Amino acid sequence: MALNDPVLWIFVGSVLGILTIITVIGQMLKRKSEAGLNPAMVGSFNRRVRAWWLLCMLLAAALFQPAWVTVTIFGLLSFWALREFITLTPTRMGDHRALFWVFVFFTPAQYVLVGLSVGSDVDYYPLYSIMIPMYGFLFVPARVAFSGDPKRFLERTAKIQSGLVVCIYCLSFAPALLDLQIKDFHGESWTKNSLLLFYLVFMVQVGDALQYAWGKLMGRRVIAPQISPNKTWEGFLGGVGSTTLIGAALWWATPFNPWQAACMSLVVAVLGFAGVMCMSAVKRDRGVKDYGTLVEGHSGVLDRIDSLCFAAPVFYHLTKYFFTGEPPA
Amino acid sequence: MTGKLLALIAKLLSGASVRWIDCQPDTRQRVYFANHTSHLDALVLWSSLPTEVRKLTRPVAAKDYWEKGRLRRYLAGCFNALLIDRKEIKVHQSPVDLMLREIGDKYSLIVFPEGGRNTGPTLAEFKSGLYYLCKKSPNLEAVPVHMDNVNRVLPRGEFLPVPLLSCITFGKPISLNKGEPKVEFLRRAREAVLQLRET
Repeated sequence: MALNDPVLWIFVGSVLGILTIITVIGQMLKRKSEAGLNPAMVGSFNRRVRAWWLLCMLLAAALFQPAWVTVTIFGLLSFWALREFITLTPTRMGDHRALFWVFVFFTPAQYVLVGLSVGSDVDYYPLYSIMIPMYGFLFVPARVAFSGDPKRFLERTAKIQSGLVVCIYCLSFAPALLDLQIKDFHGESWTKNSLLLFYLVFMVQVGDALQYAWGKLMGRRVIAPQISPNKTWEGFLGGVGSTTLIGAALWWATPFNPWQAACMSLVVAVLGFAGVMCMSAVKRDRGVKDYGTLVEGHSGVLDRIDSLCFAAPVFYHLTKYFFTGEPPA
Repeated sequence: MTGKLLALIAKLLSGASVRWIDCQPDTRQRVYFANHTSHLDALVLWSSLPTEVRKLTRPVAAKDYWEKGRLRRYLAGCFNALLIDRKEIKVHQSPVDLMLREIGDKYSLIVFPEGGRNTGPTLAEFKSGLYYLCKKSPNLEAVPVHMDNVNRVLPRGEFLPVPLLSCITFGKPISLNKGEPKVEFLRRAREAVLQLRET
């Protein structure tokens, strides 16, 4: 991407500004937590913020580095997230070979296909968009059945399939954004794809942060106490609403016009929230709070990217539907 | 391939996070004893030690497994394994004496007192080797180690590893009390490993 593009620098500046504000809020909450707020929650929020800085720095670098580097980074994140997911879910000996191929074949293959498409004129979208949901979906139960252990068969295969789809397939659509031939709302070619990727990831994080902040400030009605006692309707609606506004305000960094950017951010915020809820449900079921605490010393990758896993594929496809051909009427 | 590279590969593959609870890494002579669920155990435990300690630590491993084939023999050499014949135990050449002779006053040992790999969820009863080691060499410090999830990385009968995450916990050293009966000491040692599973 052209370094002399002012849009780029203004966007990076805005991101830095917003992240700084969030960090300051986190530190204030930390001080306040001595006066009553749950310190464990504030701690986990601050860890989340630190991870965002890291991710944003990686993405800022992605604006300047070759696309395959970005794809590789996402590939490694995916791999680590799947590792955490499968470690957390109990599997049986009979699943071993299926798991082996999931890690050794499907995970790298998905990212190699995305990487090859991003780096060239060849487009492997027809293959990578169905490889895991179709071939992978069929392969996993078949391989498990061949190992001859029928106990809780459907449940076991579903676990592996879900891990594969959420951690690998869904997340791979974030770097796949780099491959889209985007036309902006005027119908003109728009090539700042890495900026759009940055926008997606950033909006997901802003959504997380604002949902948390609104929940802290006004949260009353808990959505599903058994799944997460800190997710409230107030946090959800306030978070989604304010994320939509911020997303719209950043429309100049995207191929969208302000109301389109608002719709996109709305979708991203809702899906990000859905992702966090789903992963919380999985964690609750297994009786752990964080994928990170599962194995001490690892900062749970899946805890950080659960919202992105849900938002990325939908954001990608909405962009593909509406912004790669004729502009919508 | 050097030991360092092998340790790195083992660490990446097993995603091991290492915890030391009431125990610090030290180059003094120790015998690390752990639960045994996978062929990778010896290698993973050995790699989870800090480099300085690792250089002075020899895992005890089964001769029949690690001498089969050139690759395994080579790997066993890399991690400085002390191979013990499980099938032919001679009276005048007990494995414990062999171990003590091999380590001299320099090396530490890694042993798996359950004897073989255990597939059940519980810990098998400990074999008496650990007791004799501690009895014949009283300055050896016995450190309990619990290995979690390594059996899912490479279960019994498999040769293709799946890179999941595992956790290695080192616990508070125990020592043989004066006049403590064998059964009592082995029970205490087994308890120590079991306790680490809960923490």
